[in-house]
Amino acid sequence: MFESLQESLGSALRSLRGRGKLTEANMREGLRSVQTALLEADVSFQAVKDFMARVSEQAVGETVLRSLNPTQQLVGIVHQELINLMGPVDHSLHLKPPLSILMLCGLQGSGKTTTCGKLGRMLIERGKKPMLVAADLQRPAAITQLEVLGQNIGIPVHAEYESKDPVAVCRRAVDAAKKAEVDVVILDTAGRLHVDEELMQQLSTIERRVQPDQVYFVVDSMTGQDAVNSAQAFNEALELDGVILTKLDGDARGGAALSVKAVTGVPIKFIGTGEHLDSLEEFHPDRMAGRILGMGDILSLVEQAQEKFDREEMQAQEERLRKGEFTLDDFRKQLKQIKKLGPMQKVLSMLPGMGQMQDLMANMDAEGDMRRLGGVIDSMTPDEKRNPKLIDQSRRRRIAAGSGVEPHEVNELVKQYDGMADIMKRMAGLGMRDRMKAVQQLSQQAAANPMGRLGVKKQGTGKRLTPKERAKLKKEREKELRKRKRDKKDKK
Amino acid sequence: MGIFDKFKQGLKKTTQLLNTDIRDLFKSEGRLVDDEFLDQLFERLIKTDMGVRSAQETVDTVRTAFRGRVVQLSEVLEEFKKKLKALMAQPAEPIRFAAGGPTVIMVCGVNGCGKTTTIAKLAKLFSDSGKKVVLGAADTFRAAAVEQLTVWAGRLGAEIVTGDQGSDPASVAHRAVAKALEIGADVCIVDTAGRLQTQHNLMQELSKIHRVIGKQIPEAPHEVILVLDATTGQNGISQAQHFTEAVRCTGIILAKLDGTAKGGVVVAIRQSVGLPVKYVGVGEQADDLALFEPDPFVDALFDEVGRKK
Ligand SMILES: Nc1nc2c(ncn2[C@@H]2O[C@H](COP(=O)(O)OP(=O)(O)OP(=O)(O)O)[C@@H](O)[C@H]2O)c(=O)[nH]1
Ligand SMILES: Nc1nc2c(ncn2[C@@H]2O[C@H](COP(=O)(O)OP(=O)(O)O)[C@@H](O)[C@H]2O)c(=O)[nH]1
Ligand SMILES: [Mg+2]
Ligand SMILES: [Mg+2]
Repeated sequence: MFESLQESLGSALRSLRGRGKLTEANMREGLRSVQTALLEADVSFQAVKDFMARVSEQAVGETVLRSLNPTQQLVGIVHQELINLMGPVDHSLHLKPPLSILMLCGLQGSGKTTTCGKLGRMLIERGKKPMLVAADLQRPAAITQLEVLGQNIGIPVHAEYESKDPVAVCRRAVDAAKKAEVDVVILDTAGRLHVDEELMQQLSTIERRVQPDQVYFVVDSMTGQDAVNSAQAFNEALELDGVILTKLDGDARGGAALSVKAVTGVPIKFIGTGEHLDSLEEFHPDRMAGRILGMGDILSLVEQAQEKFDREEMQAQEERLRKGEFTLDDFRKQLKQIKKLGPMQKVLSMLPGMGQMQDLMANMDAEGDMRRLGGVIDSMTPDEKRNPKLIDQSRRRRIAAGSGVEPHEVNELVKQYDGMADIMKRMAGLGMRDRMKAVQQLSQQAAANPMGRLGVKKQGTGKRLTPKERAKLKKEREKELRKRKRDKKDKK
Repeated sequence: MGIFDKFKQGLKKTTQLLNTDIRDLFKSEGRLVDDEFLDQLFERLIKTDMGVRSAQETVDTVRTAFRGRVVQLSEVLEEFKKKLKALMAQPAEPIRFAAGGPTVIMVCGVNGCGKTTTIAKLAKLFSDSGKKVVLGAADTFRAAAVEQLTVWAGRLGAEIVTGDQGSDPASVAHRAVAKALEIGADVCIVDTAGRLQTQHNLMQELSKIHRVIGKQIPEAPHEVILVLDATTGQNGISQAQHFTEAVRCTGIILAKLDGTAKGGVVVAIRQSVGLPVKYVGVGEQADDLALFEPDPFVDALFDEVGRKK
C-alpha cells in the first residue's frame, strides 16, 4: 500500500551516489521518507521529531562512500540510531532472595494477565517458585482467568473472590507468600485509563504499601500516538522499571516501542509473541529497529551495503599496498574482515594447504588474539598507526594500558604488522591463484618457524600436541574466556 | 448534545493532554500560513492517528488554499472538518434488524480490544428497548472468557449459550442461533475469541463461524461488528482489511474512547476499507455506549482537550 521506504529513499537520493558529502539539503527528501516510515509505524510525533534531528546531525558531513549509495548509508545510520535509542538491553528481573515482588500495570486489554502467566512459566523454568496474585477485582471473571492460567502452569494463585480492595489483597498475598515456599510474587493489577485519577492513585498506593521490586508497564504493540500519553502517566504515578511489549505476533510495526522508551527511559524487557504462555521472548533492539523501519528488507539492504563497503575498502587497501602504503589502520581493517568470515579455524580449514597451520592454531586462541590486536591498534594515535616506528617505550606502555595488554604484546603486534605489510605488498600485485600460492607458502613458513614474522604467540611451540594436552589447553582457554565475559558483565 | 455528552464527559476527565490544539495555531486576529504553521498543523493531525497520508493531504490542501495568507481559525478548520464530516457520515440507525425472526450480530476483533464488554453494552441497549437477547459465548479459547460473558448475562438478565473450554466455537454459535430461534429472541449476539488478523487459521475459524450462522438464517449474520480499540494506531487499517475479507464486516464499534486516544484511524479506515463507525465505547460499564455521531467526533479530533484547569 505504501511506497516502501527503500524505494522512496532510493529515488530521493539516487542523484547523490558517489560524490560529495551528506548535507541537510541533499538528505532532506531521504529523511522525509524515513520520517514517514516512522510515523506509519506509529512512533509518536515527538519521538520522530527528536529522532530525525539526531540522525541528520549525525549524518551531515559524512562523506558519501563511493561504494555505497547514500540511501544505504543513510539507512545504515538510521538503523543504528534506532538500535541505540531502544537499547541498552536488560533482560534481568533483578530477583533477590528471599522474596521478590513484580507488579504489572497498564491499560485495559494490554495483556497484563496473560503476561503474568508467561512470567510465571518462565520463572518455573528457571527453577523459581512463583506465585500469582489476582489484584484485578474490576473486570468480570478476571480472577478466574488468572486462576486458570495458574493451574495450567501449576503455580499457586492468591485469589480473594469477595474482596473489593486490591491494596489489601496484595498485602495479604505478600504475607502469605512469605509463609509459603514462594520466592517471586507477581501482581496482576486491573487495567485502567491513565486519566482515571482515582485508579492511578490506587496503583501508587499499592506500590507504596507493597513495595514491589520491579514494576513493569505492559503495552500493546498496536498502540498509536496515544502510547506516549499513557506511558508518561504510568511512569509518573509509579516508578517503572521496565516495559513489556505484547501482541508482536501480528503485523504491527510496533513504533510504540520507541515512543514508550523515549518517554519512560526504562528498558524494554520482553515481548509477547502469542497467546500461549510460552510466547514470551527477550527484547532485541536490532530486530525491533528492522521491524519499525519496514521489516527485514531494510536489514538485508544494510548488510548488502556493508558487504559492498568491505569490497570497496579492500580495493582501496590494495591500491595503497601497490603504492607501498600499508598502514596499521589498513591492518586493523584487514583483521575486521577476516573476523567477519567466521571462526578463524574454520576459515583456515577452507584454504588449501592450511592443514599444518591449523594444527598450529589449535593451541592458540586465534579469535581472542585478533580481538586483542584490534584493541591495541585502537589505542594508538593516528600518527602511530601511520608510522609505527614512532612507538617508543613510553608510547608502548600507554598503548598497552589503554588496551589492557602487556607492553611486549604491543611489540609483537608491530612485528606482526611488519610481516603482514611485507606479505600484503607482495600479494597486491598477484592474481587470485598466485595469491593462494603465496598464502600456502606463508603457512608452511609459519609452521616451520612459528616464532617468525607472522608471529604465533610466544608460548606456542609449534609441536603437535597430544590430544590430552590440547584438551587441557582448550579448557584453560575457555575458562579464561568465561572469566573475561563475567568481568565484562560485572562492569556493566 | 444528547448521547455524545457522555463521550465529551469522558474526554473532560483528561487532565494532562495535548497542551496546544489546532486553535492555538491561529491567533484570534488570524495567522500567517507559513512552513512553521503547516508543520504544527501536521503535528496536530498526526496525533489524531488519522495517518500520515491523510495528514499530508490535509496539509497540502491548506497549503495550496491559504499559503502566504493570514487566515482565521474558522476558515481553515471548517475547510477540512467539513471534508471529514462528510467522509464519516453514516445512516442514523446503525443496526439493520432482520425483517422477521432474530437479528444475529457477530462480534470480532483483535485480542483485548473490548469485544466482550461491547457485547454487554449492546445487550443492555437492546434489552432496554424491550428486545429479548441471547448471547453466544463462542470465545472458547481464552481463559475464563466464558465466565466473563456469563457474569454480564447474569447482570443484564440475558440468555446465554456456552460451550466447554477448547470446544468448537462454530458449534457454540450454531447453538446460540438455534436457541434464539427456539425462544423467539429478537437479537442474538455472538462473542468470538480475540485474534490477530494475520493468523490465517484463526481467521478461517472465524469465517467458519460466519458460514455456520448463515446456514441457519440465510441473511445472517445481519451485522458483523469489528471492535476497534481507540488507542490503536495504523495497524487498525490492516485489522479492518483482513477482518472484512474474512467475515464481511458491516461496521466498527470504537471502544475505549474515554481515554486520551482520539481514534482517528477510523478516518483512514473509512477511506480505504469503507467501514462506518456505528457506536463508540466510553467506559467499562454496560451503559457506556454511545451512538457514533460524525460531527462531534470530528470536532473532538481537534478539540481543546485537557487544557482547562
Ligand atoms: N475504559 C474502557 N475500557 C473498556 C472499554 N471497553 C472494554 N474495556 C476494557 O478493556 C478490557 C478488555 O475488554 P474485553 O471486553 O474483555 O475485550 P475482548 O476484546 O473481549 O478481549 P479478549 O476476549 O481477551 O480478546 C476490559 O478490562 C474491559 O473492561 C471502554 O470503552 N472503555
Ligand atoms: N496474539 C496475542 N495475544 C495476546 C498477547 N498477550 C495477550 N494476548 C491476548 O490479549 C487479550 C487480553 O489479554 P489479557 O491478559 O486478558 O489483558 P489484560 O486485560 O491487560 O489483563 C487476551 O485475549 C489475550 O489472550 C500476545 O502477545 N499476542
Ligand atoms: Mg487482566
Ligand atoms: Mg472477550
